[in-house]
Amino acid sequence: MAKVVIDQERCKGCGLCVAACNFGNLRIGENFNSKSYKVSEFVGEDCKGCGFCYMVCPDTAITVFRDEKVEVEK
Amino acid sequence: MSNQILERPKSLTQKQFHYCPGCHHGIIHRLIAETIDEFDLREKTIIVQPVGCAVYIYEYFDTDVSEAAHGRAPAVATAIKRVSKGKFVLTYQGDGDLAAIGTAEIVHAAARGENICVFFVNNAIYGMTGGQMAPTTLPGMKTATTPLGRDVKKQGYPIKVSEMLAPFEGVSYIERVMVSSPKHIIKAKNAVRKAFKYQLQEKGFSLVEFLSACPTGWGMPPVDAAKWVEENMTKQFPLGVYKEVGLDD
Ligand SMILES: Cc1ncc(C[n+]2csc(CCOP(=O)(O)OP(=O)(O)O)c2C)c(N)n1
Ligand code: SF4
Ligand code: SF4
Ligand code: SF4
Ligand SMILES: [Mg+2]
Repeated sequence: MAKVVIDQERCKGCGLCVAACNFGNLRIGENFNSKSYKVSEFVGEDCKGCGFCYMVCPDTAITVFRDEKVEVEK
Repeated sequence: MSNQILERPKSLTQKQFHYCPGCHHGIIHRLIAETIDEFDLREKTIIVQPVGCAVYIYEYFDTDVSEAAHGRAPAVATAIKRVSKGKFVLTYQGDGDLAAIGTAEIVHAAARGENICVFFVNNAIYGMTGGQMAPTTLPGMKTATTPLGRDVKKQGYPIKVSEMLAPFEGVSYIERVMVSSPKHIIKAKNAVRKAFKYQLQEKGFSLVEFLSACPTGWGMPPVDAAKWVEENMTKQFPLGVYKEVGLDD
């Protein structure tokens, strides 16, 4: 199992992570951060730890935690 | 749980980027910072910054950074590299910076084969100043100064920087990449790594051109802007390796 944590203050709600996740684990929710951006939320049960969301995030708002090495970065 | 972590690289400060939502400058910063970490070069790196949206790069990288006048980064980097033994020197430049006001400096740095890395962010527009036409603006593309679209009869054709610089003997490596999807981000990261190696092995001038989205300047939502890079920019600026003299490995 893996999970992602999103830094709500770094997130600008661009939606690139939502589009990059092939497993529907992310969505732009209803919460605003202090700069009035609607932020991305991790709602997944099925996170593979692939890191796609981390890779596309322009604001390094995403941290991915995973148990074992996932071979995606080669 | 969870011992494998993907997180903000150490060579970036904690400072939040000021870029617009979905701007690819942030992704490109991260790839360069990750590579500085991987090669353990944080204490040796000197970045020369552009004038353009990335002008605040000194706030974001936990390395040494020098300012340069608009477009003059390759000249400043030349001097720094030549007088500082053992330093790793790179420039980070937009298309207005590198391909308009700084054309002379980039051409001569490439021709001299300066042993520096150039990271060239081509978003086909002047982002910082409000979306004016750049030398790289696509034919027909609407900008603040070409409201009816770039008319090649009047404004000429886009400059293809990678194609232009590759033939110089002093150039060791040039690749054009994009960061519009995870697959391409992985490729772009490998290009950054390669450029680093070319400098570390003293092979001469290396340049990675990133096709980069400017959602604000283009007037598009971030996801559409990333798609626009893939569908339109790559036709004018084909991806690929334009020069590769080979590494020692
Ligand atoms: C000598 C000088 N001329 C003009 C300007 C105005 N100016 C600031 S940034 C810029 C262009 C930036 O475009 P680009 O290099 O493509 O960077 P981007 O913001 O798109 O990343 C210009 C013309 C300036 N700061 N200094
Ligand atoms: S790590 Fe992969 S599966 Fe998990 S949320 Fe991110 S993109 Fe989706
Ligand atoms: S990619 Fe990053 S900034 Fe954009 S919505 Fe996702 S977490 Fe937020
Ligand atoms: S104007 Fe364009 S290049 Fe500048 S920060 Fe905004 S999206 Fe990025
Ligand atoms: Mg630009």
